[in-house]
Amino acid sequence: MYDFAYQKPSNVADAVKALGADPEAKALAGGQTFIPVLKQRLNKPTVIVDLSKLGLTGITVTATAVTIGGMTTHWDVAHSEAARKAIPGLVDLAGQIGDNQVRHRGTIGGSLANNDPSACYTSAVLALGATIKTDRRSIPADEFFAGMFTTVLEQGELITAVEFPIPEKSHYMKFRNPASRYAMVGVYVAKGPKGVRVAVTGAGQGGVFRHAAMEAALSANWSPDAVANIKTPPDDLNSDIHGSAEYRAHLIGVMAKRAVAAAG
Amino acid sequence: MPQVSLTVNGKTSTVEVEGRTLLVELLREKLGLTGTHVGCDTSQCGACVVHVNGASVKACTMLALQAEGAQVITIEGLAAADGTLHPMQEMFREHHALQCGFCTPGMVMSAIDLVQTHPQGITEDEIRHGLEGNLCRCTGYHNIVKAIAAAWPIMHGKQVPLAAE
Repeated sequence: MYDFAYQKPSNVADAVKALGADPEAKALAGGQTFIPVLKQRLNKPTVIVDLSKLGLTGITVTATAVTIGGMTTHWDVAHSEAARKAIPGLVDLAGQIGDNQVRHRGTIGGSLANNDPSACYTSAVLALGATIKTDRRSIPADEFFAGMFTTVLEQGELITAVEFPIPEKSHYMKFRNPASRYAMVGVYVAKGPKGVRVAVTGAGQGGVFRHAAMEAALSANWSPDAVANIKTPPDDLNSDIHGSAEYRAHLIGVMAKRAVAAAG
Repeated sequence: MPQVSLTVNGKTSTVEVEGRTLLVELLREKLGLTGTHVGCDTSQCGACVVHVNGASVKACTMLALQAEGAQVITIEGLAAADGTLHPMQEMFREHHALQCGFCTPGMVMSAIDLVQTHPQGITEDEIRHGLEGNLCRCTGYHNIVKAIAAAWPIMHGKQVPLAAE
């Protein structure tokens, strides 16, 4: 790992200032992706700004929304009884990210800012129509993701919280890579205030995407049968040693069907 | 050079580190606690698992500076001063839950966290899923699962363990 200067500011304004002052500065959230990236020398920041003391943790549940602080760990989301009562699908998803040790450190804000094409949280944010709150604005999920490992966040812009509207029903189903357990294909289905929405992670070359054909079918008939025969074109899907684009296209149908069945 | 102050196995230390120094490097190279192993160095194998403020984490995927003010427990901090092993260590020995032993420190630290976070009881399925972050290259998982199941009642004060098979 290349060396860097380390800062741990105690408020959001100081963190934003430190990140804005140097284009080579990087924010450190839970570090469960970023530290491995640094170890591989794939990134060479001059300054690392640790976000752990900004007070961005915690989960708030109201009658209509679950709001999760940007630095809240996957473990804390997975073990929140209040969040589970409101959006069980989201809480189940958090409990399937990585392993216990990764969940103890990894954060929702870090995961979303990184926008890994196989991340789990991206699908929930998109399917539930969440709003990403930053130090300077609110960004609707439909406008947040901008391709693999890319978002509309500006240099130094920090995710302070994510607000999820509570759906009538929702569920996440993922086909896990058997060794590393990331989503080879993950499908989040939701029926709620924003209508029926289906988001697919792990499969798209451009990262997470909404599945219009499945949304239309489920809007007309919310049942596993409604998505059973919907074919997903493999053209824009990933092919790698773990699975071809055609295989992933097939998995999208299987995962969607199971997710709708589990959502009830 | 930056400094980090933390408490490891009950002993407070202040150590000079670089920004890039990993927690596992601090433990092994600065504090001489080589019981915590580096297996893959890519956050996958779990040989480096320690407890930070009560939660199991991969010490190869945390900067030393992130542990400022933290309470850290490593494998060296489990046994009592008179050498009496922690119940999890005792059950690993009783059930022969190790072959080469390289993954064992991380396995034991993860296992203790797993048992502590399941106060109502733990199933074999929960143990196996709970070990997803720990790899044993000898593939000795079966006895590790047995050892953890046997340690649960001792750690929760429920009953005397059954003898090993």
